[in-house]
Amino acid sequence: MRKTLPFAIVTGVGFFMLVQYFVPREEFEIIYEWSLDWIIVIGCFAMLLGLWSLTMASIHKVQRKTPGWGYSVIALIGLIFMLIVGLYPGQASLVKGSIFMLFFEYIYIPIQATMFSLLAFYIASAAYRAFRARTILATILLVSALIIMLRLVPLGPLSSVNQWLANFILTVPNMAAKRAFWIGVGLGATATALKIMLGIERTYMGRD
Amino acid sequence: MSFYEQMMNLDRRWVYLIIGIVVVITAIVPFDVPLYVTPEVQSVYDFVESLNSGDILMIGVDYAPEAMAELHPMMYAITRQAFKRDVKLLLCCLHQNGPGMVEQVISQVSKEYNKVNGMDYVYLGYKPYPAITILAMGQNFRIPFPEDYYGTPLDSLTMMRSITNYDNVRAILNISAGSSTEYWINYANGRYNALLAIGVTGVMTSDYYPFLQSRQIFGLIGGMKGAAEYEYLAEKDGYISKKKDQLSAYKSMPIQTTTHVVVILFIVIGNIGYFMSKKKNS
Repeated sequence: MRKTLPFAIVTGVGFFMLVQYFVPREEFEIIYEWSLDWIIVIGCFAMLLGLWSLTMASIHKVQRKTPGWGYSVIALIGLIFMLIVGLYPGQASLVKGSIFMLFFEYIYIPIQATMFSLLAFYIASAAYRAFRARTILATILLVSALIIMLRLVPLGPLSSVNQWLANFILTVPNMAAKRAFWIGVGLGATATALKIMLGIERTYMGRD
Repeated sequence: MSFYEQMMNLDRRWVYLIIGIVVVITAIVPFDVPLYVTPEVQSVYDFVESLNSGDILMIGVDYAPEAMAELHPMMYAITRQAFKRDVKLLLCCLHQNGPGMVEQVISQVSKEYNKVNGMDYVYLGYKPYPAITILAMGQNFRIPFPEDYYGTPLDSLTMMRSITNYDNVRAILNISAGSSTEYWINYANGRYNALLAIGVTGVMTSDYYPFLQSRQIFGLIGGMKGAAEYEYLAEKDGYISKKKDQLSAYKSMPIQTTTHVVVILFIVIGNIGYFMSKKKNS
C-alpha cells in the first residue's frame, strides 16, 4: 500500500494532465483549474517545510558550534526579525516606507548589489587566466568571446563589422547549439516524465 | 620567472586593482558611448509604441536586487513609456525577492504620471512556483491571485473587471534574471498563445535567441546594453529625460565598456605571454 497508493496517484494525475492538454472540454478545464489550486496549496506546505528545515539546520549548527555557526545566528535573527516586521501590521508592511521595506531597500538591496558587483573582479581575473589559445577549440572560444565583448566597445568604422560578426555568432552557431541543447532537454524531460508515470522511476518515493 | 611568464601569471590582486581604478575613473569622468539599437530591442519598443490608450500590458517581474543594475533600468523605461501612452499595466512577480523591486518602480513612476492603483495599474504580488502560477494565470488571474499585492480583492478593482486571463492583455513582457523565462515561453506562449517579449540579464541573453527566431518571443532586451538601447529610444521620443537622471543604463554603459576593454587587454596580455614563453621554450 505504501508503494501502490503513491504510484497510483502519480500515474493517474500524470496521465490526466497529459490527456487534458489535448481535450478541449469544460469538465476537463474545471478539473484542471482545481488541480492548479491544489498544486499551489501543496507548494505552500513545501515552503513551510523549507522554513522548518532551514531553522532546524541553523539551530543544530549553533548548538554544536560547528565552523561558521555565527552566520547561522545571523540567519536566524534575520529570519525571525523579517518575519515579525513582514507580518505586522498585515499588508501595510509591504508598502514603501514600512520597516520591512526599509530593511529591504537599505540592507538587502545593498548587500545583494555588493555581492554581485564583486563578480566583475572575479570574472576579469578568471577570463585573464582561462582564455588561452592552447588548442583550436580554445582559440575559437577565445575569438568568439572577444567579438561578443567588443560589440560593447565603440570601434569607429569597425563597429558595424563587429556588430555583424557578433550578431552572426549569436544567431547562427550559438542558436544551433542552444536549439540542440533545448531539444535534448525536452526529450529528456519527456522520457523522465514517462518513466515516472509508468512506475519505472520511483526514487521520488524515497530509498525503498 | 621570465618576463613572458610574468605576463601569463599576473597576481590576481593587480587585476582587481586595475579593474577597480578603471571603474572609479569612468564613474567620475563620464562620456557617451555610441549605441547601435538592435532589432530585438527595437521590436519591443515599437510594440509598446503601437499600443493604444487603455490597452493592457502585462509585466512579469522575476528578478531580485542582484540583477537590478541590468534589469531595473528597462523596467523603469518601459513603465514610463507605458504610463505616458496611457497604457494600463498588470504586474506580477514570480521571484521571492522581487516584490520589493516592483513596489520600488511602481510607487515612484505612478506618482510621476498621477496613475491610480486599481484603475491604471494593478500589482498582483508574488506567488511561488512560477510554472504553476503561469499556468493558473492562463485560466484566470484570480486562481493564483485572489487579491492584489495590497490585499484588495481583484474583483473590486476597476481595471480587473474586464480582465480574466492572458486573452485580455495585449502582450506579456517578462523581465527576468532566472529560469522563470522558460516557463513564460513554454506555458504563457506555448500553451495559451500569449504574445511574449523578454528582458533578461547579459549572461542569459544568448540562451533566448532560438526563441526569437522561432517567434515564440517577439523581442529581447539583453542586459545593460539592451536596457541602454531602450533608454536611448525612450529618451529620443521624450518618454524619459536626461535631466531627471532617468538614463541609468545609458550612463552605466561607459563603465561596462571600459571594463570590457580592460578584460580584453588582460586576455591579450595573457596570450602574448603564453605564445612568447612557448616560443622561447621550444
